[in-house]
Amino acid sequence: MTTKDIIKPENLVYTKSRILNDTPMHYCPGCSHGVVHKLIAEVVEEMDIQEDVIGVAPVGCAVFAYNYLDFDFQEAAHGRAPAVATGIKRLMPEKYVFTYQGDGDLAAIGTAETIHACNRGENIVIIFINNGIYGMTGGQMAPTTLEGMKTATCPYGRDTAINGYPLNITDLLVKLEGTRYVTRQSVHNSASVRKAKNAIRKGFENSKEGKGTSVIEIVSTCNSGWKMTPDQSNKWMVENMFPAYPIGDLKDI
Amino acid sequence: MSEEIKLMKGNEAIAHAAIRCGCDGYFGYPITPQSEIMETLMDEQPWKTTGMVVLQAESEVAAINMVYGGAGCGKKVMTSSSSPGVSLKQEGISYIAGAELPCLIVNVMRGGPGLGTIQPSQADYFQAVKGGGHGDYKVIVLAPASVQEMADFTALSFDLAFKYSNPAMILADGVIGQMMEKVVLPPFVDRLTKSEIEKQSPWATYGKPASRKPNVITSLELESKDMEQRNLKFQAKYREIEENEVRYEELACEDAEYLLVAFGSSARVCQKAVELAREQGIKLGLIRPITLWPFPTKLIQSYASSSKVKGFLAVEMNAGQMIEDVRLAVNGKVSVEYFGRLGGIVPTPDEVVEALKAKFL
Ligand SMILES: Cc1ncc(C[n+]2csc(CCOP(=O)(O)OP(=O)(O)O)c2C)c(N)n1
Repeated sequence: MTTKDIIKPENLVYTKSRILNDTPMHYCPGCSHGVVHKLIAEVVEEMDIQEDVIGVAPVGCAVFAYNYLDFDFQEAAHGRAPAVATGIKRLMPEKYVFTYQGDGDLAAIGTAETIHACNRGENIVIIFINNGIYGMTGGQMAPTTLEGMKTATCPYGRDTAINGYPLNITDLLVKLEGTRYVTRQSVHNSASVRKAKNAIRKGFENSKEGKGTSVIEIVSTCNSGWKMTPDQSNKWMVENMFPAYPIGDLKDI
Repeated sequence: MSEEIKLMKGNEAIAHAAIRCGCDGYFGYPITPQSEIMETLMDEQPWKTTGMVVLQAESEVAAINMVYGGAGCGKKVMTSSSSPGVSLKQEGISYIAGAELPCLIVNVMRGGPGLGTIQPSQADYFQAVKGGGHGDYKVIVLAPASVQEMADFTALSFDLAFKYSNPAMILADGVIGQMMEKVVLPPFVDRLTKSEIEKQSPWATYGKPASRKPNVITSLELESKDMEQRNLKFQAKYREIEENEVRYEELACEDAEYLLVAFGSSARVCQKAVELAREQGIKLGLIRPITLWPFPTKLIQSYASSSKVKGFLAVEMNAGQMIEDVRLAVNGKVSVEYFGRLGGIVPTPDEVVEALKAKFL
């Protein structure tokens, strides 16, 4: 038997979505970004909407998302993705438009753009990777960094007297009339990956119906920034991030 | 066909011209002295007629990024603001130039720095023509001097922006924005269809058909040698624009011994100053740059090299900004002097003539 005989549809156990191309990803081993990219690719393939998706990836570790996902993409300035997506969606309402933002992007420099896009109920999907740290720039404090958590700009741990409190921005977005689906998910084990995928699919399906913004927060790891092994960071996330950012649907209309 | 002549403000003329030239989208944030642009658009409700989208954004930062998104889809999109708001847009303008997207930005200038005044000024010349945001980039800058030109330059700016895949700016001031003059509005042109956009802007993100690779709108190049190549390509484009797109107007220059150089409202004042000076027997002419970038350098050079012209007077509503480009063109051949008023004051024609006499005669 040769490998040719083995590679047959009936023997196939797992295959990568064709939307996810063969470019090797630059993400650190253990990082959540790669998994979430894969889920987006699968959803786009399953919904058969490759020709109608426009992604917006702002500055952050995922700025190169367009190198891995085979559909049209716009790179946005740091924090501005919801405004860029607004421009796209208002002018091309028949398209599926999503943003892919880190916590620094969505909850610090881009807070105004995020809140107002959600408040206008833009029919876009916002995928929010909350890893509690600035990954791309080398592990500085993010708005979502937990109290006591050490980063390059709070090396002795986040002190709320100096830096304020971890910002649970998703809870704020729930309160806005413009959001219709707000959920918090993770991708650290196979059950959570399945749930996260369903959430992403639901977000895309919602945006077709034109009833408002879907926000999908993915509580994520950044083992490089957190200075842990991938396995340790998964455990640390469950023990420390989940109590502050509980997993589950927050709003579903 | 009889032309319909209307009386309106410069700001209103831009709004009407935008709808008529097939603009797909406007994104803005209120600020005096240009709020009539968005107000007129909202009043006209073009989404019900041409399908043009008009949206009040949460900030100038958001507005320019909405423009980025729309322009990236190959759409004809614009924003407008006044000086403090245009400062906020600079990040976005740099990204738009870096991603080589066509769009129109209108700046109806007011006096600065800081919150300054709502009165007219031309103090954003440097910001407009020298870059304004970060990086080596250029914006095509048109300076209207009448309400008619506010209307005409709207379509022209879009044409130039699409011709060169580059942002274009209308740099007006509070006088041109607020004053009422008669204007003939351009005829209605249909918005581009999907297939026309795909043909005109094959690089745009209008959704990837199976037949092509994904389109990506970005200004990012991690490798410095790639970034250098990108920059060299920009510079080649800018040289081409400098070669092809210089626009200006000359008034009474043939026999002139002295030349005023002025744009926008200042040029309107200078037209009268030329008349007054000639009545007094002074051979005065006016060069009015219409494109501020590209600047009419060669024209000024040729006058500077002629044996007739003894001096130039740059007249600006700022502390002397355009004068630097005049001096670069004149290159020391004759003297170049400055006269201007600051902080929102418009100079009078008499003041200009007096300044000319004081400096040269
Ligand atoms: C205006 C501006 N300020 C700062 C930066 C530098 N910068 C790039 S990414 C980033 C933070 C990224 O963190 P996050 O958004 O949480 O995404 P992650 O990298 O963790 O995925 C910063 C501060 C920038 N590119 N632009």
